[in-house]
Amino acid sequence: MAGVKLQGLSKHYGDFQAAEDVTLDIVDGEFLVLLGPSGCGKTTTLRMIAGFIEPTTGTVTIGGADVTRLPPWKRSTGLVFQNYALFPHMTVAQNVAFGLEMHKVPKAEIGSKVATALDLVQLGHLADRYPRQMSGGQQQRVALARALAFQPDVLLLDEPLSNLDAKLRHEVRHQIRSLQQRLGITTVMVTHDQEEALTMADRMVVMKDGRIQQLGTQRELYDDPTSEFVASFVGRSSFIKGRFSGGRFVSHGGLAVETERRLTGEAVVALRPERIHLGADAASDAGNTYRGRVESISYLGSSIDVEVKLNEIDSVIAQVVNKGRDSGASVGDEVSVTFPRDVPVFAASPA
Amino acid sequence: MSTAGSSLGGMFSNRRLGRWTLNAFATLAFVFALLPLIFVTWLSFYEQEIPSFPPTGYSLQWYARAIANERFIDAFFLSAQVGLVATAIGLLVAIPASIALTRYAFTGRGAINNLLLMPLVIPGIVLGFSLYIFQVETTIATELPIMGSFWGLVFGHVLLVIPWSVRLITASLIGFDRTLEEAAMNLGADPFTAFRRVTVPGILPGIVAGAMFGFVSSFGNLEVSLFLVVPGQTTLPIAILQYLEWKIDPTIAAISVLQILIIIAAMLITDRFVRISRVV
Repeated sequence: MAGVKLQGLSKHYGDFQAAEDVTLDIVDGEFLVLLGPSGCGKTTTLRMIAGFIEPTTGTVTIGGADVTRLPPWKRSTGLVFQNYALFPHMTVAQNVAFGLEMHKVPKAEIGSKVATALDLVQLGHLADRYPRQMSGGQQQRVALARALAFQPDVLLLDEPLSNLDAKLRHEVRHQIRSLQQRLGITTVMVTHDQEEALTMADRMVVMKDGRIQQLGTQRELYDDPTSEFVASFVGRSSFIKGRFSGGRFVSHGGLAVETERRLTGEAVVALRPERIHLGADAASDAGNTYRGRVESISYLGSSIDVEVKLNEIDSVIAQVVNKGRDSGASVGDEVSVTFPRDVPVFAASPA
Repeated sequence: MSTAGSSLGGMFSNRRLGRWTLNAFATLAFVFALLPLIFVTWLSFYEQEIPSFPPTGYSLQWYARAIANERFIDAFFLSAQVGLVATAIGLLVAIPASIALTRYAFTGRGAINNLLLMPLVIPGIVLGFSLYIFQVETTIATELPIMGSFWGLVFGHVLLVIPWSVRLITASLIGFDRTLEEAAMNLGADPFTAFRRVTVPGILPGIVAGAMFGFVSSFGNLEVSLFLVVPGQTTLPIAILQYLEWKIDPTIAAISVLQILIIIAAMLITDRFVRISRVV
């Protein structure tokens, strides 16, 4: 087991920067998730750790050893591919044994190590099947067992859940997470699914255009996003755009908003839907209170999204708990909207 | 109601007619392709020496004669030997060539691809004649015994094997999922081991089918061999041709049937290991 350090890692294809100055310190035993839209550089970063892409600049260190120029087969990383990449002509047991053979594990020990790895994913009884005889979820677990069997320093997961149906995805998410914690193996996972990232990671990294946007725990990223991109990619946000003048934020729609953090110039206030309170009653002094008109209502089951128009330009979406038949407002109602002062504020990103 | 019923009925009978026509044409095509084989097989059991219809009786004597004919037997073994050696050498060229053609971009890739398929397009007689001139000239220039030698003949047949195997191997390489190789390397296999343990089994149907077709086209080849054989070293098709110059008795039919059986057996055995129908 070992930590992974990425130092100023970049990959350029001509003028295109697939990854730019990626610096990360992944501690031993940590589950780190690289999150971002497609083409953000997360997969490039993962493949540079595995050794399939040679970085243009920067270094990769695994367990204190510089592996930047080492080919994949000399690195100790176990990668679970998006399509699982199981060897179709080998049985499940042979697939899992492959890594052990390559690492010169004595023949006598291979059998028991294969069995141990398959037991980890509860597939010991299917050792003699071929991959094509198994369901997607089972294949995924074989891939996981194969990646773990030779006891690599690092486990790498490339969108491991994207080929599973929604229900299975929930299940496997927890299986992977608990397995990882039980083994204490340093893990890097790539995903574009923020819910996956939020539920599995110790820390997560949001990437965009090859660069790291923000690194932190789920709470840090959710409660204190440092850019409009992160605020919209992790969770949902309503944005109120405006500018600071004289230390006060005034929206383009004319709302004066009190914020704890003060900036200068064009700025954006991000509001999480569950932090916005609706009420028919008058203002409290908990924060910023405005009056608005209910524009639309979407019923989500356990909660209800209420879109409130505050003026011609500004509108917010509030999430209210569904408390039964007469919970909340109906379209056209006049309501008061309140949100706290400690909301995230950041400089407007250049359009 | 009745109009709807009759038009529905019309549709069904149209479809039935379509299926019937399709079956009829398919049968016709099969008969057309198989008829010569059927006739040759029938002829091989005729009793009389001069093939005439109807046969006066049936016997196995022509098979006995074919097997007893030393020239046929020698020719058969030479053909088999040349076919096997040429196929082996052809694969040694075709496998690396197919990898280069499918996986690397380099200048002249298209040209090399066409060049490797060329022997399939050039008329056999032209290919044979060119090889003949080439081997005669090289023999004179180097004073090495190339012309008329076993290896000279094999060289010609390698050219027959290559186009088939390159075509079939590139096809299976294109269909091969390369993340499997990455998975192997991630598990600690160097590129050569990954190729041997993962890629080769994956493209095996293509390799076997390529070898199979290469061998068959070498085994049955007449035009190229005609220029490259010397007296005392004859392939089976040439032995058959030479025999035909003097006689047209059913011995030829018998030897042809034996040849067909060998090829069918080879096909069936191969198909047990890899489904050829999936590659070709």
